[in-house]
Parts: sequence; C-alpha cells; structure tokens
Amino acid sequence: MLEKALEGGKKYWAWVFFLGIFALSGTYWYIRQFNEGLGLTGMHRDVSWGLYIGQFTFLVGVAASAVMLVIPYYLHDFKKFGKIVILGEFLAISAVTMCILFIFVDMGQPMRIMNVILHPTPGSVMFWDSVVLSGYLFINLLVGWVTLGSDKKGVPPPKWIKPWIYLSIPWAISIHTVTAFLYSGIPGRHFWLTAVMAARFLASAFAGGPALLIILALIVRKVSKFDAGKDVIQAVSRIVAYAMFANVFLLGLEFFTAFYSGIPGHQHPFVYLYKGLDGHAELVPLMWTSSIFAIVSLVMLWIPKIRRNESLLALTCIMLFASLWIDKGFGLIIGGFVPNPFEEINPYWPTYPEAMITIGIWAIGFLVLTFLYKIAIAVREQTAGVEIEH
Amino acid sequence: MSMDRRQFLKVAGISSILGFGASAASATHPTWQPSLRPDQMDRNKDSLWAKRWAMVVDMSKFKTDGDFQKTIAACHSIHNVPDFRKPDGSVDRKLEIKWIWKSTYEKSFPGMEEGKYQSEHVKDMPFMLLCNHCTNPACVRVCPTKATYKLETGITMQDMHRCIGCRFCMAACPYGARSFNWVDPRKAANLDPAKGGKVNAEYPTRTKGVVEKCTFCTERLAVGKMPACVEAAPKGALLFGDLDDPNSEIRKIVANKLTIRRKPELGTGPAVYYLIGGGEHA
Repeated sequence: MLEKALEGGKKYWAWVFFLGIFALSGTYWYIRQFNEGLGLTGMHRDVSWGLYIGQFTFLVGVAASAVMLVIPYYLHDFKKFGKIVILGEFLAISAVTMCILFIFVDMGQPMRIMNVILHPTPGSVMFWDSVVLSGYLFINLLVGWVTLGSDKKGVPPPKWIKPWIYLSIPWAISIHTVTAFLYSGIPGRHFWLTAVMAARFLASAFAGGPALLIILALIVRKVSKFDAGKDVIQAVSRIVAYAMFANVFLLGLEFFTAFYSGIPGHQHPFVYLYKGLDGHAELVPLMWTSSIFAIVSLVMLWIPKIRRNESLLALTCIMLFASLWIDKGFGLIIGGFVPNPFEEINPYWPTYPEAMITIGIWAIGFLVLTFLYKIAIAVREQTAGVEIEH
Repeated sequence: MSMDRRQFLKVAGISSILGFGASAASATHPTWQPSLRPDQMDRNKDSLWAKRWAMVVDMSKFKTDGDFQKTIAACHSIHNVPDFRKPDGSVDRKLEIKWIWKSTYEKSFPGMEEGKYQSEHVKDMPFMLLCNHCTNPACVRVCPTKATYKLETGITMQDMHRCIGCRFCMAACPYGARSFNWVDPRKAANLDPAKGGKVNAEYPTRTKGVVEKCTFCTERLAVGKMPACVEAAPKGALLFGDLDDPNSEIRKIVANKLTIRRKPELGTGPAVYYLIGGGEHA
C-alpha cells in the first residue's frame, strides 16, 4: 500500500515540498542544538522544561483521542464511524511520532536514550510513559495497517485483530493518564499537584483531538473524493462539545480550590498566568486568548445552528484547538515552574531555534500524516461504494 | 567537632561505586528506591562512614558575606562547577549552575514568613542552601535511568555519566538543588584554560546535557576527608555527622535545640537542619 503515497498530483507534491522545507530547517537547528547544547533554547535553571515538553504533552492527547472514534464504532456498533475511524488511527500514529521526537529533542544526552531500557526503573513515571507510548504506536500501526489492507482487498479484517482494537481503548486512556502522572505526582509544584490532572488531560484530549479530526476530515473532503459524511462530522462535533465542557469545568475546579482555600502557593501560578505577578505578565495575553477561545468555541458548539454550519464548525474547531494548544502546550508547563521553589519569578520564552525545531517536528508529523492519509484515501477511493462489515 | 566520633570502618575503595547504581532493595529505603546495599560497596579503610549523613547549619556563625563566598568557592572550585558570567560580570542566570549558594529566609522557607509585620531585616536574613539529601527524595523516585540514587549512608548521589538529561529530577526537586548543563561546562571561564580557567584534575568535569548537584562530597568522605564546605566555612557553621549515632554532635543538636528544615511537610525528609538561635552547641 505504501506506493500510494508516491502517486499524487502537483498540489500534493507542493504540499509535501512545503512541509519538507520546514522539516529540513528544523533538522538544521536541531543539529546546532545537538552540538551546542540546550542553551540554544529559552529554558533555564528555573523553567527547565518548555515548549518541547509542552508539545509532547499536548500531542499525547491528540494521539489518545483516536479512542473517541474507536469506542462508538467498535463498542457501540455506530456504523457511520467506519470511514473516519482510520483517519483517527492514522492521526494517532502521526501524533505519537511527534511525541517521541519532542522527547528526543528535549534530552540533554540523546545518545544515551537506551539507558532507559538498559536500566529500567519501574518507580519512574517516565519509564512507564515510554512503555505505553511505544506500545500505543505499535497497536495503532498494526490496527490501522491490517484494517486498511483488508479494505483494499474488499474483505472484512481478520478476527485476530479485534482483541488489539479493544486493547487500544484502555491503552489510549493509559497514555494520557501516565503523562498526567509525570506532573501530578511530584511534590512542591502547586500548579501540577492536583488529582484532577489526569481527568483534565483526558477531557482536553477528547475535545482537541476530535476537533483537529473534524478540520482534517473537511480538508480531506475538499482535496479528494473521500467524504467522511456530514452526519459523521456532526456526531464528532457533539463529542467535542461534551469533552470541552468537561475540560472547562475541570479547569474551573482548579480555580475554585486555589482561590477559595486561599493558600497563596496554590494561587501564585494562576495569578502569574492570568493576571501577572510581581510585575511579570508575559503570558497573560496568551492565557486570556486561550480562555476566550475556549468559552466562545464552547458556546458555538452548543448552538445547533452554528454547529450544523460546517464553515462555522471549522472555525469553532480551529479556535478550540488553539485554545487547548495554548493551555496545555504552553501554560501548563510554565505554570508549574513559575514561581520557582523560592517563589521567584524567572520568566521563559522560546528562542528562535527552539521555535524552528518545534515547527520542524510538526512538519515531520504532518508529513507522516499526509502520507498515511494519502494511502487511506487512495484505498477508500478505490473501494468507494463498497460497504465492508468490520 | 564531630570529626573524632566518626565511624572508621575497615573496608576498601568507595570510589569504585561512583557511577554505579543498583536497583537492589535495602533495609532503610523503600524497595522501589534505587540504592546500594553495603555488600555492594567496597570501602577505603580510611573512609568516613555513617548510617545517615546529615548537616546542621548554624547561621549565626556566618558573620560576613565573605564567609559565605569562601564556603561556596571551596565547593565549586573543588568540584569544577562552571561559573557562567554575563559580560558585565554578573551571574548568567540562564546558564547558572550551583551546588551550594546563599539565599534569604523568605526564599528558603516560603510560606513560613510572617507577612507584612515581619521586618525586611528578618525576611532578608541570609541562609546557606544546598541539596537536602532527602530520605525520600522525589528526584530519585522520578529518574528513569537510576542516574540519581541513594547511597546506604543517606547521600543522594548523582551519576553524571548515566544521566540522559531529561530534567525530570529538576522538576521534581522542591528545593531547586539541581542544575543542568545547558552548554559545555568546560568552556566556562573558570574551567577553560584558554580563558585563564583551571580544572581540579582530581574531580571529573562534565559534558553538556547532564544534571549535577551537591553529593555531600562523597569522593572526599571516601578518603577520610570532611566535605569541602564544612572545612571552608567558619568554625561550627556547618556541622556534618551521623544523625543515626545518638552520640554525634549533630544528633545532640537536632535532639535538643530548635532546628528547622526546608519544606518538611512534603515528606521528603531533608537531612539539612537549620539551627535557630545559634550559641554554644550541645
């Protein structure tokens, strides 16, 4: 099936070339970072994780969100999702690939990465995160490839793949739960030490991932004959709405606990992010953008008239995705580190090389996604009109 | 000083265990916590040994800023800690690496300050900070490669040759005791011979991309010497000894005087105690 990725028109290759440029520039800057050290980034002693780990965290959520299509289709026999479920699985593959790359570029000594396997440490959440992420990549590659291969041949997928599909459901939950445990299990970081962290992660993942999928499905419909279906997109948008409501609700709980309890240490990160603290308000515009986008997109999703208009729905999904990207891909990490353990404020902002490496990894992720979607679309176009019982 | 009460145990070569972590269980640490058992360690016959190394800091003995700087310099020069400066000579906070440093009461004990009625004088009272060598350290718990682990003597060790530079330990440490080499430390002005720097050949320099911190001078204890800061500090300012030994000087102080530790409510079990009031010791 791989050959399908190599057959495309001018627009297809122009898109691949466009992504390729950013992937190459990211690679160039990474080689510089590899040689000169992470000093090339904006990180420092007090904010020792930044954009890279933020992107990693956010993309674990995107990867996990495939489960929101798998559950209705395979557990509830919601047949209409049959077409789109492959888009979800392939999005998960692309997202996990980016996660692994973001972890890699964040490492001070990437050549020692095998130490995680040579000296396995079950007490470390990071050890488990590497286990569940690589497992999730494997499961999605296997399930996506086998089901698509069967579609191509016009036969139902083999029976042995079913247990793997069912396994992918708890596994998806596990990758984001374990990723939340990276933060919520460490003492002394008020912003992260919260029991609802994993729940928040899952809620934001199940909103952001399907929102991205709606955007992708609309693009796919424009550039190919593959149409996920209007009612399918509406069904996914309802999932996004419920998950986003849960996410905003959970964030509200954080605010309540911090401010009603009145404990200064719990309040400081929130004050720093949303109002500014001790004259530092670097992230305030960004965090308010996130909050406003969250509320507006939620309202737009709630109003059936707006939701059913696909152009407005696309706009809603873009706003929602941007809101969650800021909140989880940036604010969440910085809020954990500012103020530092001495209650000093030492702000962080990514540098140009750091941003270029980040964009480069997104470009690689989208290249992977483009190739996978190209394959899936080519197969679906071939078998259009043929309904296959999964 | 508690020097003469030290346990001198007859075994050989603690240095062989530096850079060598084991996952085995032990009596004093939870089984999941990477640590070394005594039978996994060979000891130098001259080595200083304790069941629980700990430190009492008597702030009343630090009289001048020079007392602090002398102590810090002793540690940092012996351990080849890179000193990154901005062109104007101030510390480059973006690259800063420190094992032991001076801070204030307000910053060292956040949440314990007494609000607006407390004078600036009290809030700004100097404190000497370093790794707390916790009994239940979050950094050891989170490290994915056992590059940081507990020694049987209570010391939290750092293996800079195994560290992958993920910086999970820095996020986990509630005391800001860990520093990362954002750039090549050998190019710092104080270490690079081309810039007039000098390296202590008896201690390794580091590569970029690894985390480092105070190790209670494990390498000096192994050859019978007290930690460098303890020797360089004013007499009685930094007391180092075996907290597990009821007859040790630091045990008597901790037992009988008012001492405070940084953030004990987090359950990490810090082993650095700050003596309040000072005066004559136990």
